[in-house]
Amino acid sequence: MTLALDLLTIVGVSAGCFFFVAGTVGLLRFPDALTRMHALTKADNLGLGLIVLGLLPQAAGLGHALKLVAIWLLAQVSAAVASQLIAGAVLRQRSAIWP
Amino acid sequence: MALGFDISLAFLVVVLAAWTIQVHDTYSAVLAFVVFGLLVALIWVRLASVDVALTEAAIGSGVTGALLLSAAALLRPTESTVAPPGAAWCTAAGVVCAIITAGLGAIALLLPDPAPTLAPLAAANLPQSGLGNPVTGVLFVYRALDTLLEKVVLVLALVGVWSLAVDRLWGGIPALWPATCPDSTLTFLAQLLPSVGLMLGIYLCWTGADHPGGAFQGGALLTAMWLLVMLAGVRAAPATGLLSLRLLLVAGPTLFLVIGLSGFAIAGAFLAYPPGYGKPLIVVAEGALTLSIGVTLGLLAAGPAERAREP
Amino acid sequence: MASFLMSAAGLVLAMAALGLVRIFYGPIDADRLIAAQLIGTCGVAILLLLAGATEATPITDVALILALLAAFLSVAFVRGAAGFASASEQGDDDR
Repeated sequence: MTLALDLLTIVGVSAGCFFFVAGTVGLLRFPDALTRMHALTKADNLGLGLIVLGLLPQAAGLGHALKLVAIWLLAQVSAAVASQLIAGAVLRQRSAIWP
Repeated sequence: MALGFDISLAFLVVVLAAWTIQVHDTYSAVLAFVVFGLLVALIWVRLASVDVALTEAAIGSGVTGALLLSAAALLRPTESTVAPPGAAWCTAAGVVCAIITAGLGAIALLLPDPAPTLAPLAAANLPQSGLGNPVTGVLFVYRALDTLLEKVVLVLALVGVWSLAVDRLWGGIPALWPATCPDSTLTFLAQLLPSVGLMLGIYLCWTGADHPGGAFQGGALLTAMWLLVMLAGVRAAPATGLLSLRLLLVAGPTLFLVIGLSGFAIAGAFLAYPPGYGKPLIVVAEGALTLSIGVTLGLLAAGPAERAREP
Repeated sequence: MASFLMSAAGLVLAMAALGLVRIFYGPIDADRLIAAQLIGTCGVAILLLLAGATEATPITDVALILALLAAFLSVAFVRGAAGFASASEQGDDDR
């Protein structure tokens, strides 16, 4: 049973790390701010989500597990709103340059 | 493995700090500084000082971030007109910084080994207070006078900031951010997040007695939530002359002072707690302090009055 | 398990370090802001992994604060810039 849970952790955390790598590569390689933001959401949503999923079997109790899920949900809300705000700023700046 | 992690983290912090110093654009420097605070919070976690990491995270990515960014926004129009300091100034600053760094390094290396410490004595006497978190123990039992004065200083700092207002606007409304905001996503965030943030602030204050956390961390979180509400334009900043606001400002320090003075009568010394009642008294004082710290930091960030009170 | 989580934390830290490159080279403010946002998420992930590796549960509270305030920088950034722009426009109208 412990082995199965540990396996779940290893798979989840590894998959999460993959999306962090993907997000960072996108942040560095994509050509402009809006596409870079697209890369960021991969790390925010999937990367953190999979790491949380992988850590759940190692949680110290129900309260701790709920905290982990709450962290992921908060990160979701924050990421969604931040992307909207940054995208809005980018678009305003563009329309100022090319009206 | 852990050592490699720590060395990389320290290296990153130094690189980021160096870049933050040399970059000319204030906006970029402020952004880098906020990221710097986040990495420093990681360092505090690695040093097993979770209390400090909590403070750094709550203050660094909350109040100071907003404060520095608004300062940078104010400076931006004039920034290109200011001449950069000359080579002589830069060299002088570099030399002074190098001397300070060398001095600090020398002190750290010359410390006696083992360093003189009161930690075992403090830890041995902690159970008498009923507290489980040694940091709260030091703040509210061993060094309670420092903590009390620190909270008073915070209020004095606010009086200093308020004094920057013109005379006829004394007691008026801080106008750092205009109240209207067209962005509905931001309004949504400012309506959703404070409920979670308030709960978390109360949790941090409550859990501070036994685990990392406490009044300052909780208060800083309340401030961040309040600033979010003001930034999103859901509620404007209150007039600094409001009686209820001023009562909130002094509620924490006053209650702490009253508990301290009553120590003369019930425990025989200033800021002493009668046996068995230490923890409840500390939790009550922390609760009031959390509220006062939250309001004080929020008003510090909002700045001096710039508009008259509506009659 | 602890050493696996620690090395995962190291990998995410390396990603945060690469994110710093975007902060250094911009080229516009929004790029730096996006990079800061990514590093913030990396910080949350690192803290969770550290909490798992060292079994020190209070570290999770630090991650909770970072996740709660993750959007704060973007809000202050966008609001600061827009707020002052509109305030100065209003000022011009008054004159």
